[in-house]
Parts: sequence; C-alpha cells; structure tokens
Amino acid sequence: MSVEQLIPIFASTVAAATPLAYAAFGELVTERSGVLNLGVEGMMLVGAVAGFAVAFHTGSLGLGFAAGMFSGVALALIFAVLTLSLQTNQVATGLALTLFGVGLSAFAGRDYVGVTLGGLQPLTIPLLSDIPFFGPLLFHFDILVYGSIVALFALQWFFGRSRWGLVLRAVGESPASAHAIGYSVIGIRYMAVLFGGAMSGLAGAYLSLAITPLWVEGMTAGRGWIALALVVFGTWKPMRVLLGAYLFGGVTILQFYGQGMGIHIASQLLSMLPYLVTIFVLVLISRNPKTILLNQPMSLGQSYYPHS
Amino acid sequence: MLRLERRAHPSTLMMFASPLIAAVCMLITGYLLFILLGKDPLHAFWIFFIKPLTTAYGIGEWLLKATPLILCGLGLSIGFRASVWNIGAEGQLTMGAIAAGGVALYFHGVEATWVLPLMVCAGVAGGMAWAAIPAFLRTRFHTNEILVSLMLVYVAQLFLGYLVQGPWRDPDGFNFPQTKMFTDAEMLPLLVDGLRTNLAFVIALLLVAVSWFFSHKMFAGFRMQVSGLAPAAARYAGFSEKLNVWLALLIGGGMAGFAGMAEVAGPIGQLQPTISPGYGFAAIIVAFVGRLHPLGVLLASLLMSLLYLGGETAQMNLGLPSAVTGLFQGLLLFYLLAADIFITFRLKSHSRPMEQVRPVDALLPEELI
Repeated sequence: MSVEQLIPIFASTVAAATPLAYAAFGELVTERSGVLNLGVEGMMLVGAVAGFAVAFHTGSLGLGFAAGMFSGVALALIFAVLTLSLQTNQVATGLALTLFGVGLSAFAGRDYVGVTLGGLQPLTIPLLSDIPFFGPLLFHFDILVYGSIVALFALQWFFGRSRWGLVLRAVGESPASAHAIGYSVIGIRYMAVLFGGAMSGLAGAYLSLAITPLWVEGMTAGRGWIALALVVFGTWKPMRVLLGAYLFGGVTILQFYGQGMGIHIASQLLSMLPYLVTIFVLVLISRNPKTILLNQPMSLGQSYYPHS
Repeated sequence: MLRLERRAHPSTLMMFASPLIAAVCMLITGYLLFILLGKDPLHAFWIFFIKPLTTAYGIGEWLLKATPLILCGLGLSIGFRASVWNIGAEGQLTMGAIAAGGVALYFHGVEATWVLPLMVCAGVAGGMAWAAIPAFLRTRFHTNEILVSLMLVYVAQLFLGYLVQGPWRDPDGFNFPQTKMFTDAEMLPLLVDGLRTNLAFVIALLLVAVSWFFSHKMFAGFRMQVSGLAPAAARYAGFSEKLNVWLALLIGGGMAGFAGMAEVAGPIGQLQPTISPGYGFAAIIVAFVGRLHPLGVLLASLLMSLLYLGGETAQMNLGLPSAVTGLFQGLLLFYLLAADIFITFRLKSHSRPMEQVRPVDALLPEELI
C-alpha cells in the first residue's frame, strides 16, 4: 500500500469522526453543567431529517444545517423543560427523548427516503490545498471539519479561561454553591442543554448532508450513544473527546476498507467493531472508579430545585 | 402567577391518574395530528383504536403483540425499581431468539416433545447470557450498564444478520436471508384455532403474578426496591449492590430472551434479519407507563400493543405511515413524565411567599458575586 492510498482512508476517518465530535462536544457541555441528556441519538436523528428536508426544499445546505441545529435545540428544549423546570428523572427523560426522536424522524422523513441531493463539498484553500500530499491530506475537507477543530479550541478556552466557563463548571460541581453566590443554576443549565441540542442536531445534519447525502430511517445507527460514551472516555475533557472521536472514526471506516485490505470477515461482524470498541474503552476508563469519580461533574444526573 | 409547590406527601391519586392523563394527552395530540395530515380525526381514531378490536382475529393479534411487551416490560421494571438501567432488552430478545432458533435448527425434524421446552430454556439462557455482560462489566469494572446494554443491541442484531445471511441460511430458501421454517414440534401451541395468540401469552400472565410476588412479597425484591429508592440506606443495611445488579439484569435478560423465543417460535416461525419492531425499546415505555408495577405493566402493554396494531391498520386503511406508532409511543412517555410532576408537586397560585424562606439570596449584594 502506497502512502497516497492513505489519503482517502484518513479523509473518511475524519469525516466519520466529525459528527461524533460535534455530538460529544455538545453533550460534554451539557454534562459539565450537571445534566445527563441521554437523548443525543434522538436529537441527531431529528437533526438529520430536518436538515435533509430543508436542504432538499430550499436547495441551500447552509439552511439545512441551520434547520438541523434548530430542531436539535427544539428537542433539547422539551428535555430542559421536563428535567430542569419540572424536575423529572434525567435518565428516563433522556430515554424518552431518544425514543421520541426515533419515532418523529421516521414519521417526518417518510417522504424523503430514496431521495438524494448534492452533499457538502470540501473547501479548496488557495495555495495550501495544492501542496503535494499534505494538501489533499490536510487541506481538502469541508468547512464543518475545520469547524470542529475551532470548536475544540473554543471549548478549551471556554472551560479553562473564561468566566462563564468557570460558572458552568461550578454549576455542574456544586449547584447549591453556585446558587448561593447568586448564579441562576436553572438558567445556566438551560443554556448548556440547548447548546448540546444544537450540536447534536448539527451532527445529525452532517450525517444526512455531508457523509451520505440522503435520509435513511435510523441512519445514526447508535452514533448518539457512542458520542455519550466518548464523553466518559474523554473524561469530560474536550481534547480527549476529540481524540476519541478520531479513534472511533478510524474503527468505523475499518469495515469499509477491511475487505480491500484482505481481511476476509463477514461485513456484519466487522460492523460490530465500533460497538465492541465502545464497550472496551468504557471498561478501560471505568476500571478504576477514581478516574470517573475525579473527572465526572459531581452533580451529574441530579435534579436541582433552588426554591424548595 | 401559577407556580409549583412541593406536596407534603406524594399524591397517591396522581400516581394512578398520571398514566391516564398521559394517555389522554397523547390522544389529543393524535387528534391534532390527524387533522394536520388531512384525515377525519374521528374516523382515524376509529380505525386506529377501535377497528382492530372488532374481530376475534384482531383481539388475538392484540394479545399476541402485547406478549413480548409484557415479558420485556416486567423484566425491565424489576431492574428500574433497583435503578439498574438495562435498556438493551431489544438485544437480549434478539439473542434469546438466536439461541432458541439454534436449538430448533439443530434438532430440525426431531419430532419430540422435549424440543420446545429446550428452546424455551435456550431462549431464556440466551437473553440472560447477553444481559450478564453488562452485569459483569458493571459489578467488576464499574462500567455504565446503560451504554453497554445499548451497544450490545447493535451487536446482537448484526450477529443475527450474519447468521441468517451466512451459516444458518436456508439452502432451499432462494437466497433469502432467513433460516428454514421451524417444524410444528418447534412452535408454541396456539390457544384458539384461527388466532395467532399462543401459549406465551398465558406464561406472560403467570409471570405478571410471579413478578408481583417477587417484588412485593420476597425479601430479594424488597432489597432491590430499597437500593433503588435509597441507595445509602441499602448500603447501611448491608444489601449487596452487586447481587441487585446481577438479579436485575438476569431477570430482565431472561424475560426478554423468552420474548424473543416466543416471537420466532410463534408468529414468525423462523429466524430472519428483523424479528422485532422495537419491542425491547417500547418495553422501556411500558415499564414507566406501568408505574414499574406488574399489573401496570400488563395494562401499559395492552395500550402499547394497540398502538402497534392501530399503526398497521391505519397504514392499510388510511395510508398513514406506520411510523405514527413510534411517534405516539414517544409522546406517551413524555406526557407521562410531565404528568408525574404532580405526584410530588402541585400547582398553586400565590404571590411569592417563598421569598421569606430564602433570606440568603436576599442578603447577598450583587457586588459580592
């Protein structure tokens, strides 16, 4: 295998990793505020179908991505109202959001099955894209791939350097303390949950508008759940979450290149890999209970009601 | 202004009323949805919820579809009571079906009475084995059982796909991805001629009673409930958390495995790539709507099964997409969770007397923040 052959493999790894990275970043922010939203899969599916439908009718991919984000926010808002204002159990509500999203997306997407449209194209960056080898390797991606790198640095700055990042972390670690010094725990958690919804919706739209520009029922195939696992795997740190996403991107595309590389295993068995690897890395990271205890936001999954 | 106020005691009335409120809200949403889709809502309601039950065959189908929901819902609710979140019943159901199907194929043509009981055992064992993985990983490595059990759903479905397209494919099946049809000795006996309802429904009803006895009369069930409601109290009392996790997952997995066996040895009669329209996931809704109580699970299963059946009838008679079923089921759970708020809170209209009990905020000047 020549070095040039690695370029498409690398490109598809990055493409497969990008939606995972967006969804996991969103969930990371949500969880850092102390809220566990298990509805990522549902929000991604609805984002995928909304993005596809709007892009199909308007002909604008930009509007499609915006619709994906907006629908993710809308679903996250339902979750936020239930868990934050009405104090429902976060695990149960998150599961409900996923089940609802699966049903809603299948229902809304029934007219779009089998329809295709032109997907998101890679950017051509003057000069950089023309560099031999490194041009096609690093400077031939679509805008959202670069966006995910920008998001990484933005999150690192937000959590490490910004005042509101600190407040968000305080809310996640000790909502009572954050409340006592006058911050609105519920308000901040609303923001974090809605941001998570926007990112999940965007991730879903990336699936249906960039990776495979078409709508298939249940097309996320568990990616929302893998994103949840990535947040744990990345011990709630943006950089590790992104690295985890690339690792999973690589595992996901292995099934497509496996046959070509002379691995003669039935495609179904190769397709199991991402799920098995998810379990494996979860075991690896949670083997030592202190790893989770030291990194997980203290109030994760617990309701907080300031006035009672 | 209306605001929420915590009740002194959880309302028993609301405990029972909230599933009904949720069902009514779902119906109202359905009414609006049917109007939106340009259908006469009352006619659509009749097609969806009444017409399927107007024939004996329809009632048979209703009970048939309720069976896997009862089985999975009972198992899950026992786990949920102990805060063990097994959401992989769909995968455990699939593995149960694979194990039972394997027995059926291995003894294909052996017309003996012991084949069917062996298939039941294999189905239960298959589901249990699949649920044992998250149980082992959680108790040994503290791994989150939600994610592991969910990941194993995809693995089980891919494994089933591999088997029916590869080693277990019927050689005389014109290349269709399915196994040989099971023989009569490998099928669950039907209850009434002409209906597809089989013995599994009766077993499911028995298990409703057994589950009630387990969770309300047995010490093991009590221990699990205490760990779910008050983990600290359970630890203090010396109840083993590991034992609870194992029990919850094995019971849930075993019941889901039996449900899978009952599907392939019942209405399906062979292994094929898809053996369940998401019964294992719908059972999560069943468990919650049924208040994690065996009788509630039974009633919730009947409602959810009617949604499946109504979805099919509406697809045939009204041209509605069958995905409406999933939408209704998701809505039902949302409405239930929202209505549940009134178990512990009540709406009160008053002019913010709460301020008096929050002196800390009032005293803190903005500058201090």
